[in-house]
Amino acid sequence: MTAAVFFGCAFIAFGPALALYIFTIATEPLRVIFLIIGAFFWLVSLLFSSLFWFMARTITDNKDGPIQKYLLILGVLVSVLIQEMFRFVYYKLLKKASEGLKTINPDETAPSMRLLAYVSGLGFGIMSGVFAFVNTLSDSLGPGTVGIHGDSPQFFLNSAFMTLVIILLHVFWGIIFFDGCEKKKWSALLVVLLTHLLVSALTFISPHYGINLVSTYLIMVLMGIWAFFVAGGSCRSLKLCLLCQDKDFLLFNQRSR
Amino acid sequence: MATAGGCTVADPRSRSLLRLVSFCVLLAGFCRGNSVERKIYISVNKTAPCVRLLNATHQIGCQSSVSGDTGVIHVVEKEEDLQWVLTDGPNPPYVVLLEGALFTRNLMEKLKGRTSRIAGLAVSLAKPSPASGFSPSVQCPNDGFGIYSNSYGPEFAHCREIQWNPLGDGLAYEDFSFPIFLLEDENETKVIKQCYRDHNLSPNGSAPAFPLCAMQLFSHMHAVLSTVTCMRRSSIQSTFSINPEIVCDPLSDYNVWSMLKPINMSGMLEPDDKVVVAATRLDSRSFFWNVAPGAESAVASFVTQLAAAEALQKAPDVATLPRNVMFVFFQGETFDYIGSSRMVYDMEKGKFPVQLENIESFVELGQVALRNSLELWMHTDPMSQKNGSIQNQVEALLSTLERSGAGVPTVALRRLNQSQPLPPSSLQRFLRARNISGVVLADHSTVFHNHYYQSIYDTAENINVSYPEWQSPEEDLNFVTDTAKALADVATVLARALYQLAGGTNFTDAIQADAHTVTRLLYGFLVRANNSWFQSVLRQDLRSYLGDGPLQHYIAVSSPTNTTYVVQYALANLTGQVVDLTREQCQDPSKVPSENKDFVTLMVGFGILVFSLAVTYCINAKADVLFIAPREPGAVSY
Repeated sequence: MTAAVFFGCAFIAFGPALALYIFTIATEPLRVIFLIIGAFFWLVSLLFSSLFWFMARTITDNKDGPIQKYLLILGVLVSVLIQEMFRFVYYKLLKKASEGLKTINPDETAPSMRLLAYVSGLGFGIMSGVFAFVNTLSDSLGPGTVGIHGDSPQFFLNSAFMTLVIILLHVFWGIIFFDGCEKKKWSALLVVLLTHLLVSALTFISPHYGINLVSTYLIMVLMGIWAFFVAGGSCRSLKLCLLCQDKDFLLFNQRSR
Repeated sequence: MATAGGCTVADPRSRSLLRLVSFCVLLAGFCRGNSVERKIYISVNKTAPCVRLLNATHQIGCQSSVSGDTGVIHVVEKEEDLQWVLTDGPNPPYVVLLEGALFTRNLMEKLKGRTSRIAGLAVSLAKPSPASGFSPSVQCPNDGFGIYSNSYGPEFAHCREIQWNPLGDGLAYEDFSFPIFLLEDENETKVIKQCYRDHNLSPNGSAPAFPLCAMQLFSHMHAVLSTVTCMRRSSIQSTFSINPEIVCDPLSDYNVWSMLKPINMSGMLEPDDKVVVAATRLDSRSFFWNVAPGAESAVASFVTQLAAAEALQKAPDVATLPRNVMFVFFQGETFDYIGSSRMVYDMEKGKFPVQLENIESFVELGQVALRNSLELWMHTDPMSQKNGSIQNQVEALLSTLERSGAGVPTVALRRLNQSQPLPPSSLQRFLRARNISGVVLADHSTVFHNHYYQSIYDTAENINVSYPEWQSPEEDLNFVTDTAKALADVATVLARALYQLAGGTNFTDAIQADAHTVTRLLYGFLVRANNSWFQSVLRQDLRSYLGDGPLQHYIAVSSPTNTTYVVQYALANLTGQVVDLTREQCQDPSKVPSENKDFVTLMVGFGILVFSLAVTYCINAKADVLFIAPREPGAVSY
């Protein structure tokens, strides 16, 4: 309802993604390219998921009833599987591409796999967020709000916060996933898949927005901490950073990113 | 996509797979609409807006803003409820949901002044019709466009002698700046009232809590001020703009006419060929656009004339009658005599085969369905009868009518005294051009018997057309109601009178109108247009014009309207000759004030944006420190 809600929800959902883009991606053209390719891969994964759901609907002849709800749940879970599968495919592609990139641009250092993990995760996240939220946002522009049939009027706010957390989760999952692939730690992949399934399953308990959001944010914090450590952070570096004692530290260490 | 490593070349099989996939995705897009939108809005489908109409000097009707007017719903079931809307309610503007019985001038005057608190009005149809009558038309219909003016017959002008429509409150000729809609479906009205009860009521009269049930009404009108302004703007657009936007359309349609004996359409009639004109009107109106049941004001009259045409055509010596008879059905008479004034104009300019001097006499059917005790009144014009010869002709006309009516005991023709003016009728336009002898037959001697003149309640019930509930539509079609019998008698009188006026003498008593035809016509025009008889007379491609409800007799801007087509084809069927041709041979047709919550959401959004910008900047700046594994130089990046 009205432009205020539209802009508010848009900034809530896409603010952090925009900030990440401006400060870390937009500066380097190669990162932009990898971001867009990541977004495209997510989109293709969703294409296959929708194909699956469409075929399932046709097979059950579009009958109404509880079967549609079960089909939806099945569709979502299959979609999660396909998304993670495409994340793996993207990883393989980047692995193969990294040699090619070295030949194209021998002077500049190629982006490291860790950076590409972050960029691909952000690409997946942005596309996923846009896909999920843009239609709802456009409905928030009119003069009405949700509630004429008894649903909660907090629908827009909740959707915005959910989109935000999913974008951040995709970033963290990307980092953890690629690290797991690099170090052949398949348990990391499994955890990523399971938490993704868990988060998607949690959305089915709406309209109990409270539990939904709180648990998803909790998962995001856990994933964030794990990703931080996987990406090379440590308690010590965090402490040094926060207490602004980093200048001496740098003198004694190589820099590599 | 080709990569430096393994190559994937698109081969024909995978290309067709890609096409199949994209087609499936396209198909999937055509499924049900937006589910979020359904959580917010319920659309109201069976409604009729009040639109803006212009004449040379003024605008009437209603207007909404471009993006629609939104207001909190308030149900007004008695007059006291209006206080909440006008003064007490804390959440203006309001959309008032009004009971049909309260839709009076009194109430509308109160609403008209307070446009800051009213976003719109939705009126529900009153069932049963208001007992005291309801007519949004003016008390003196078509004033100023008939024959009486301050310079000609001043004692009759502006209804000084008789107010023809005393129940008229003139609402339909007022200018409103908010949208007004009619809710035709009772079930939808119930849904809206339920929404109001669920969300908008609060105990002890305090302000109800948000969110509230609101209504958004869209009926934006591009035309403003007057026809002159509007046509000037449209012509500027057509001349200078690449994509011209015409801001108004003329109310136009076609009259339907036919001759008893065939004439040559390409030439003019000789001055000695005399014609008797039988005229009536086809249209009516109401406060709302395209709702015009018009049972008493239009339908009964033209149905009677159709039956009379059928009866007269069956007379054996039609071909040898000395004078011809022209049956004409004027469209647009409601709006300052559009149809009849155009015919008079064409006759004067020589564009019509029949000229004004060919008209010997003029018999018009006014409102004829509500006769008290069998009386049918003959209205004549006093001003033209000041001329002696015209008076003689009118006298002869009235005697002929009385003679023809003598044979029909259920119709009692009555004369009126000389000092009464003509009621609003097409004859007045002809008299403006030339003094001819004419008569208007009506069921009322002074004021209208129609209590719902030009309103939404002028339906089949108003003229006592009703059918037993257990019958099927086909049985209803052929069921002869009492009204049909009465109208058939009037048609018989008219047909016999026309026969005698045309010079026939021998077969007067054999002419009889068929009540069966009358009842089928009444059923089709007033109850259900999509019936087997209408379908059989209409052309194949026009059958979609027949809906499951009654036809609406409003002259719209796109022509010909459904009524014009159906009357034309019915007239052809009833009076035409069956010819032995194949088909191919024959055919060579509410701002909602919740700024607090909105504002909070906006601020939260800004806050999150600014916070994330700041945090990302800091992390980016310190990335060297944060994301480094300091112990093993060289084995860090991979």
